[in-house]
Amino acid sequence: MLRTFRIGGIHPPENKLSAGKKITALAIPKQVIIPLGQHIGAPAVAIVKKGDQVKVGTLLAKAGGFVSANIHSSVSGKVNKIDNALDASGYRRPAIYIDVEGDEWEDSIDRSETLVKDCSLSAKEIVDKIATAGIVGLGGATFPTQVKLTPPPGNKAEIVIINAVECEPYLTSDHSLMMEKGEQILVGVSLLMKAVNVNKAIIGIENNKPDAIAHLQKLAVNFNGIEIMPLKVQYPQGGEKQLIDAVIRRQVKSGALPISAGAVVQNVGTAYAVYEAVQKNKPLFERVVTVTGKAVTSPSNLLVRIGTPIQALIDAAGGLPENTGKIIGGGPMMGKALVSADVPVTKGSSGVLILNKEESIRKPMHDCIRCAKCVDVCPMGLNPAFLMRSTVFENWETAEKDYITDCIECGSCSYTCPANRPLLDYIRMGKGKVMGIIRARKS
Amino acid sequence: MILIAVISLGVIGAVGALFLYAASKKFEVYEDPRIAQVQEVLPGANCGGCGFPGCAGFAGACVKADTLDGLLCPVGGASVMDKVATILGKEAGNAEPMIAVVRCNGTCSARPRTNQYDGAQSCAIASTLYGGETGCSFGCLGYGDCVKVCNFDAIHVNPETGLAEVDEDKCTSCGACVKACPKSIIELRKKGPKSRRIYVSCVNKDKGAIARKACSNACIGCGKCEKECPFEAITVTNNLAYIDYTKCRLCRKCVAVCPTGAIHELNFPPKKEATTEAKASAAKPAPVEKAQEAKETVAPQQEMIKEKIN
Repeated sequence: MLRTFRIGGIHPPENKLSAGKKITALAIPKQVIIPLGQHIGAPAVAIVKKGDQVKVGTLLAKAGGFVSANIHSSVSGKVNKIDNALDASGYRRPAIYIDVEGDEWEDSIDRSETLVKDCSLSAKEIVDKIATAGIVGLGGATFPTQVKLTPPPGNKAEIVIINAVECEPYLTSDHSLMMEKGEQILVGVSLLMKAVNVNKAIIGIENNKPDAIAHLQKLAVNFNGIEIMPLKVQYPQGGEKQLIDAVIRRQVKSGALPISAGAVVQNVGTAYAVYEAVQKNKPLFERVVTVTGKAVTSPSNLLVRIGTPIQALIDAAGGLPENTGKIIGGGPMMGKALVSADVPVTKGSSGVLILNKEESIRKPMHDCIRCAKCVDVCPMGLNPAFLMRSTVFENWETAEKDYITDCIECGSCSYTCPANRPLLDYIRMGKGKVMGIIRARKS
Repeated sequence: MILIAVISLGVIGAVGALFLYAASKKFEVYEDPRIAQVQEVLPGANCGGCGFPGCAGFAGACVKADTLDGLLCPVGGASVMDKVATILGKEAGNAEPMIAVVRCNGTCSARPRTNQYDGAQSCAIASTLYGGETGCSFGCLGYGDCVKVCNFDAIHVNPETGLAEVDEDKCTSCGACVKACPKSIIELRKKGPKSRRIYVSCVNKDKGAIARKACSNACIGCGKCEKECPFEAITVTNNLAYIDYTKCRLCRKCVAVCPTGAIHELNFPPKKEATTEAKASAAKPAPVEKAQEAKETVAPQQEMIKEKIN
């Protein structure tokens, strides 16, 4: 019997159309737009100015606080301007525009394909190198990795858990990365283990990727302390708390960090980025993005430079289908509809999903019939129907008492609701309000 | 028997009454009787527009305060404040009547849609998700959060323009819509003499070209109005003009120079020397269009402008 998390969860149709497709590098565009806020936390502070020549891997912007990340150039060329650019949500935020000239890399980056397995650096040096390379959680949450690897005092990491479940339907970027860069990922995992000083790591992979499980299991024999754990397919297993529950059967308390359960959770893509940063001196400036959708001519896994417009990715996958209703940045469950195809790829872009008109229409909302399906599927054990009601009536005290702040915004409740109620839309807003109230109370 | 019962109950009642009387004298809390009197003349809407918790709170504040300066019941207006002043024997403060102003003129025709939102019909929710259905991420979303909070039926979303519109006669400037608007578009401004007022009907802080592309009625931050204004009432910050209503003397020079028609004038009679205005509109066809659209947006007062232009 395969493990999974114990509370709630759903199993939407997997639709992994691009599974098994080789990763292909996308041509470098003429201009890239690199936003300064690509991660959770303070936006980075630009250190280049208009007219500066940059190379691939040149530091463009420095971390703007403790929870923040460096940002590097993904192309070589000239800084055109630093100006506001449209981001995925339709707001304009500061970004660096670079006109591409050639493809010249920083000399410090090791561009060879050879696998470097040994590492003589200390834990602190590894974390510093990760911070310098601007690595953030590549699963989509974009939390700066170095912060996660520096446990707050009083907490001790016992295990590294690698999130390779890829529970979002459609997405296959992590899957293809595991198939092609398995050894590099395992070296990356050993580096993460060294960084937090533990000798055990478990890579959790959902059972719908048997080839990846077999491949990594074969490779893991040569690495000490790394175990591959097949998991039952269940959404949202990629959630940090769900994965910890599935893999080591521990639950994280409400409001506590995963480290309180002794676990450091990192995405498999992050592990690969850590390998490249530490062993090859390569900062995070490109990532694998899945371009997919039922009407897309050739769903593919593309290696894309950060800052490339989404339109270029769509063109590479055969262009925008005629009947397009929505372009989603990310997967169908947690991704957000993009306001325009001109927005750039950022560190957190795991996929571009093109839905047709029929798929993207929301059905009309009806009254709640108290069927409690949302309660059954909520992976955090919350009561989404009540939380939505509290938000509608602006009853923030009740919402707080009902743990609205524990919502991980997975969308299982909205997905399952037979009355098509936009539960998550309301809960997300209520969560923001309640968090604001809590912050105000503290200060 | 009946007699005994009546007497004994009567005695118990008398003792109880004596005790209650003594207690009420001993523990009496003095409350100014004027508070109740003031409360009586207040409208009793308990809207909180005055800044106090309900009408009772406002009445208490009026009685306590030395002068009535700065105290105003926005619902009752000057007439109620005069009554309050008579009760209290104080001078009525000269607080200006205010009105809610929706600072967005991004009508459906001026602001083309770039995407479609079909989520929960609430401005607060839509704005936590993304910038909005048009290229302008600052403008009115039109899902009517302001309409829902208005206790006086004074604000509505016009289905033709997709914008919220204030009903001048009903608005009490309680400020509920100002708080409800997640885009901070609605502002309380001085109602002005004869309800005449001038304001910039745009809150777009994008650069001129971007703002103009998103909405043909947008303020592009060109600064012409700032230069034109003889009273230094206009400031342009972050590509957006703002008219300080405490300094504005309603000369209307800014309205004439605005290239996009972002500055609105309300309730003015037609200008006498129509020549300058005609010249301006002949040179730039844009304002004519704008004014006509404005007519749709901002109620019948704009009829006058239309007449003037025609």
